[in-house]
Amino acid sequence: MSDRVLLDYGSGGKASQRLIREIFLKHLGNPGLNRLDDAALIEDLSGPLAVSTDTFTIFPLFFPGGDIGSLAVHGTVNDVAMLGAEPRYLSCAFLLEEGLDMQDLDRIAASMGRAAADCGVQVITGDTKVVPKGAADKMFINTTGIGMVIADPAPSGSRAEPGDAVLISGTMGDHGLAILTHRQGLKFETDIQSDSQALNSLTTRLIREVGDVHVLRDPTRGGLATTLNEIASQSGCEILLQEDQVPVRREVQGGCSFLGLDPLYLANEGKFICILPEDLASKALEVMRSHPAGRDAALIGYVREGQKGRVVLRTSLGGHRLLDMLEGEQLPRIC
Amino acid sequence: MNLSSEFRDPDLCRRVLEQIQHLADSPFRFMEVCGTHTVSIFQSGIKSLLPENISHLSGPGCPVCVTHDLEVNTFLALAKMDLRLATFGDLMRVPGSRGDSLKKVQAEGARVDIVYSAFDALQLAVDNPSENVVFLAVGFETTAPTVAATVKVALKQQVENFFILPMHKLVPPALQALASDPDIRVDGLLLPGHVSTITGIEPFMFLAGDYNLPAVISGFEPLDILQSIQILLRMHKEKTPAVINSYKRAVADQGNPRARKVMQEVFKPVDTAWRGLGDIPGSGLSLRKEYLGFDARRKFEPAPLQPETNTGCKCGQVLKGKILPPQCPLFASVCTPAEPVGPCMVSTEGSCAAFFKYSL
Repeated sequence: MSDRVLLDYGSGGKASQRLIREIFLKHLGNPGLNRLDDAALIEDLSGPLAVSTDTFTIFPLFFPGGDIGSLAVHGTVNDVAMLGAEPRYLSCAFLLEEGLDMQDLDRIAASMGRAAADCGVQVITGDTKVVPKGAADKMFINTTGIGMVIADPAPSGSRAEPGDAVLISGTMGDHGLAILTHRQGLKFETDIQSDSQALNSLTTRLIREVGDVHVLRDPTRGGLATTLNEIASQSGCEILLQEDQVPVRREVQGGCSFLGLDPLYLANEGKFICILPEDLASKALEVMRSHPAGRDAALIGYVREGQKGRVVLRTSLGGHRLLDMLEGEQLPRIC
Repeated sequence: MNLSSEFRDPDLCRRVLEQIQHLADSPFRFMEVCGTHTVSIFQSGIKSLLPENISHLSGPGCPVCVTHDLEVNTFLALAKMDLRLATFGDLMRVPGSRGDSLKKVQAEGARVDIVYSAFDALQLAVDNPSENVVFLAVGFETTAPTVAATVKVALKQQVENFFILPMHKLVPPALQALASDPDIRVDGLLLPGHVSTITGIEPFMFLAGDYNLPAVISGFEPLDILQSIQILLRMHKEKTPAVINSYKRAVADQGNPRARKVMQEVFKPVDTAWRGLGDIPGSGLSLRKEYLGFDARRKFEPAPLQPETNTGCKCGQVLKGKILPPQCPLFASVCTPAEPVGPCMVSTEGSCAAFFKYSL
């Protein structure tokens, strides 16, 4: 194998076969994938299924706390889990730029293999394309996940109701700030790590042990503020968020303050919002805090009648203001 | 308890709010000069907690908001030339006279890099010697010294592909223009903390001396702002207008003489136009003779569009505190953060954007 990805590796011929066997099957192989048929045969799923697809484009490919490979697994596994499902299988498509370092590709495939094993899913089908240098930025990954829905009814962004409590599984903004600071070469007192992680084992426990979960949603791009706005809009209700209850790491708060960013709008890759009847909140918090992915879980707000589609922030001082969706991306300010 | 959390302590803030309520026995109009104050007032919910007879107005303290149309058209003209622009993120969405913005021209192929400092822009030039890099030098006294220092380094290192587009503005002349305008009714000013770290207190003393206008140099945490409002109210009650530095943990009364020195070595004051405020004598900065080789206007001679005179945008009135953003006929209808007409709506620190984003 060449030490760089060549256009030949996307030709479909012998070079492609070598790439598949020596990188992808080595790290992601399982009896289903190893058959190398045109499609995967799934024989053991029944009942309502959840399917989700996502494409991962991230710079840099490796960042503190993760890389594009583990992120591509966690992101799709989490999306399937947010429908109250147990993710089981993944498809995986790679779009590679000619000239990509083969060692980087190997590391990323290995990382995907570990992430998939950790959250109990198998990659059962895939695709590889190589595009000329300059036509893509190093590497894009698409993953599609499929899982069996275990919640009845399935949680949905449209099921928040007045009287529900809003919980969050952990601290906000870690991933977004880790990426931004790593990208810009900014150094803070403490290294800020991405929170990229799979959430399916925790959501499964919540559904089985607490039940009646109305909404599960991971606040990825746009962060907590944008995701709550989506839920308020889908459900036609108002959400009151209590600023002083939202967990934010001190170093994230400090970094945001320095850069003029708001942690409520920063992306997260290993956290979720859980909305359920208020009388189930303490039980849900107990379950969340007993799990490594939810040890910083907190009750951060309530759903109420109010004005449809609106999120109101009760500030630490006791004032109230609108918490709107972000317009475009957050940009660092002048001073 | 760290320094920052102490200045956000809800109990302390509540106590100061109670005193404010006690002191605010008639209507007051206070203006914060700095955009960071504007955002902090809205974000922390202070606006919803102040007594109703205290109106707070946002003045000309957001560097993006006061950047004149002609300057915006100039950097957009540069963006369409064969060079690479380096800018602070704030300028990316500011619309020019034809609705263009750096975001839009970037999508059409212009090369624009977001940087965090002028030194980053210089490094970009050093790393790409075959390209001409132009740094968009906006901001007040806070950013001008580092830009000046960068230009000095560029000269020393003989970097020949680095240029700046000087658009800096100075705050005290703008406040002079505001204070002398008989139509402007302001009962006190929150002076900009960041700018004051450079200028010190002296350039603001005329406010109390010449115009009987109380003013307080304020920090940005909620308690800073509330205490500053309390001081303004007390000065009114005691009829002792003065200029007070209540941000002593960051601002020395004499400011930062070293930063001023480097700024004065590289730049000289010139008359310049502010969006909405018009021409203000001695309120801009241009490069001194020995640094003129770094001036992107001279080097590339961009041909900016002449601004349209009547877009309906009332940013100027907003910046003078004559109207509140919702009183502009374009607010939230024609002009929104998605399609801003004026920079007060596009800037994260703009008054219109703050009203749009945070008001219930």
